[in-house]
Amino acid sequence: MARVLVGVKRVIDYAVKVRVKPDKSGVVTDGVKHSMNPFDEIAVEEAVRMKEKKLASEVIAVSCGPAQAQETLRTALAMGADRAIHVEVAGKEYETLQPIHVAKILAKLSQDEKADLVIVGKQAIDDDSNQTAQMTAALLDWPQGTFVSKVEKTDAGLTITREIDGGLETIKTKIPAVLSADLRLNEPRYATLPNIMKAKKKPMKKVAAKDLGVDLTPRIKVISVEDPPVRQAGSVVPDVDTLVAKLKEGGHV
Amino acid sequence: MFRPLSLLIINISKHNVASQIKYSTAILPRLSSEKYNIKRKSFGTINESDINHFRSILSENRVITDESDVLPYNIDWIKNCRGQSKVVLKPKTTDEVSEVLSYCNSKKLAVCPQGGNTGLVGGSVPVFDEIVLNFSLMNKVISLDDISGALVCEAGCVLENLDNYVRQHNLIMPLDLGAKGSCHIGGNVSTNAGGLRLLRYGNLHGSILGLEAVKADGTVIDCLRTLKKDNTGYHLKHLFIGSEGTLGVVTKVAVHCPAVSKAVSLGYFGVNTFEDVLQLYRNAKISLGEILSAFEMADNRAICSTVKNLKLTNPLEDYPFYVLIETSGCDEEHDSEKLNRFLSKEMESGHIIDGTVTSEPAKMRTIWNIRENIAEAGLHDGYVFKYDVSIPLNNYYDIVLLLRKKLEGKYTNIYGYGHIGDGNIHINVTVPEYSKEVCDMLEPYIFEQVAKLKGSISAEHGVGFRKPQFIHYSKDESALRLMKDLKHLMDPNGILNPYKVLPDV
Repeated sequence: MARVLVGVKRVIDYAVKVRVKPDKSGVVTDGVKHSMNPFDEIAVEEAVRMKEKKLASEVIAVSCGPAQAQETLRTALAMGADRAIHVEVAGKEYETLQPIHVAKILAKLSQDEKADLVIVGKQAIDDDSNQTAQMTAALLDWPQGTFVSKVEKTDAGLTITREIDGGLETIKTKIPAVLSADLRLNEPRYATLPNIMKAKKKPMKKVAAKDLGVDLTPRIKVISVEDPPVRQAGSVVPDVDTLVAKLKEGGHV
Repeated sequence: MFRPLSLLIINISKHNVASQIKYSTAILPRLSSEKYNIKRKSFGTINESDINHFRSILSENRVITDESDVLPYNIDWIKNCRGQSKVVLKPKTTDEVSEVLSYCNSKKLAVCPQGGNTGLVGGSVPVFDEIVLNFSLMNKVISLDDISGALVCEAGCVLENLDNYVRQHNLIMPLDLGAKGSCHIGGNVSTNAGGLRLLRYGNLHGSILGLEAVKADGTVIDCLRTLKKDNTGYHLKHLFIGSEGTLGVVTKVAVHCPAVSKAVSLGYFGVNTFEDVLQLYRNAKISLGEILSAFEMADNRAICSTVKNLKLTNPLEDYPFYVLIETSGCDEEHDSEKLNRFLSKEMESGHIIDGTVTSEPAKMRTIWNIRENIAEAGLHDGYVFKYDVSIPLNNYYDIVLLLRKKLEGKYTNIYGYGHIGDGNIHINVTVPEYSKEVCDMLEPYIFEQVAKLKGSISAEHGVGFRKPQFIHYSKDESALRLMKDLKHLMDPNGILNPYKVLPDV
């Protein structure tokens, strides 16, 4: 029976249109709807399923961020996590929080909580870094299974199917290990009302990053955030000949 | 049921070419005139000089005459009706609409105005060779007053585009419906479209501040004001709201847009009985009060067949009824406290068996998606008989049960879903293919039942082509007589959307 630690990040909801700040220092987050990173939802779902199959004894959800990160943790608890740890990072520090910091926090908490498995989403949909799982595994010196689309318990550890370019790769790993969840791993459940109610009573611990001994000095500096180029408007041509002429003109044929 | 199909296959192999042609035309819906046995009225017939005249008004590429290009404008999206129009006109301005209509009126050429062609009663497609007047190129926003919320735009603007536009100014459109990605605001106004926000913002007779319309003879009627209050003379705009293009063609509208709600939550619940659905509605009105913005229900078969046909995921297990409750307000904390108190109480009392609630936009969209797709999903079963009726709430669900009994063994599925808050239920009867027998069992039976319960035979879909002969179930003779007088006054030649709305004498 393993204890599973799941990392969950609060990100701008994927149905919201993201706007770049006028000073190009980042994107507008004030008054914008946030929700749990969809890949982290898959990670939580997998951990909860492990618990339901009695492969895991306890599921702990962790989130690093300002007070609102607790909403994301409540969602994880409503999905079935047993308890939550909120690592409080706010203000300027949160703006420059980077995967290396989160990895250090997750590594430290894994040791403190005696976790056997860390599961995170393969990437967050806001910064698309895809680094946290890999860095966490390196810091702990544990094996890693990234882009996981299937996990099975075997005698010695886990058999993992990974999504790789043009196919699937099956690997075996011992535990403890770090996994990162890919899209096809599972379809996350909706938190049901009784579980949403129960989640309100589940324990949530608040800690500060510096209590975990993690230095939050930024390692990367964001120079500029820009909108993707706007697609040019098309035009209607009267007939095929003009179309062909235009295509030739543009060097397309 | 499978026998006719195997016969058809044998046929194809015997007379290969001929049957294949027959087969490919069989995919098209039957001509409305044949299917419903309608006689063409004595309108003019369009000829080459008419076409040339239209070209002189609109330019070459806005007069469509190629048969295959015209075809989509002849068929409604539920593939029930097919007209025989030979020409589609795409005006860009009110003046062009006026010129076209005045010409058509002088030549007694019939016209079928068409918006996004998402109507469900065949009102937006021609029956015979009516000229299709399509508004897709009249799609400009004219002005938006972000203080009063008055949006002025052309009739061909797509509802969803308008919603996206006004949202940039923290406003929303007062109506929302499943067809929002294609339907035009002009069509919404002409049909007095209802939809999902009606409970909160009322119908279009309230939200439309003003409009501009063109009469059959080409006269432009300018009622395009943006005032909330204007009691000067007769309220003419209402004549064009819901008259389905039979009194005039809407070319511009002024819509009152309410402020966008900052805090929106959506709950989706499993409920055991219809009585519980009603009890839940009553309690929601009391406990949620001003933040209640939608209360929808769907029965088990509506949700399950939609989920199955469209390969969606139902967030809940199987329940006899599903209820969707949306709240919209301006203070997340206040609203969620209210909602949570309501939900705990209703869980305790057993009106709600299970459910999920979210305020995450992506999740809300997924849940709405299931509800909004019910209408479309039925088409996967083959053919859908669709009824949209208003029934007093106590008897709201009775007809579904009556129909299941009456049609036993003759249908694929019968389900009911709709806007509880508006007393409006949609009843869909799905069958593998259109059958006159089933149709005769349904009509006028269903309308008689609705009349008996003092309901309306068309709550929000309108009368269109499909229901003029049944309108008397909902409207008194005296009212019908005045409607006919109005029609005669405003369109003496009867060229606007003929064969629709009013029955022949």
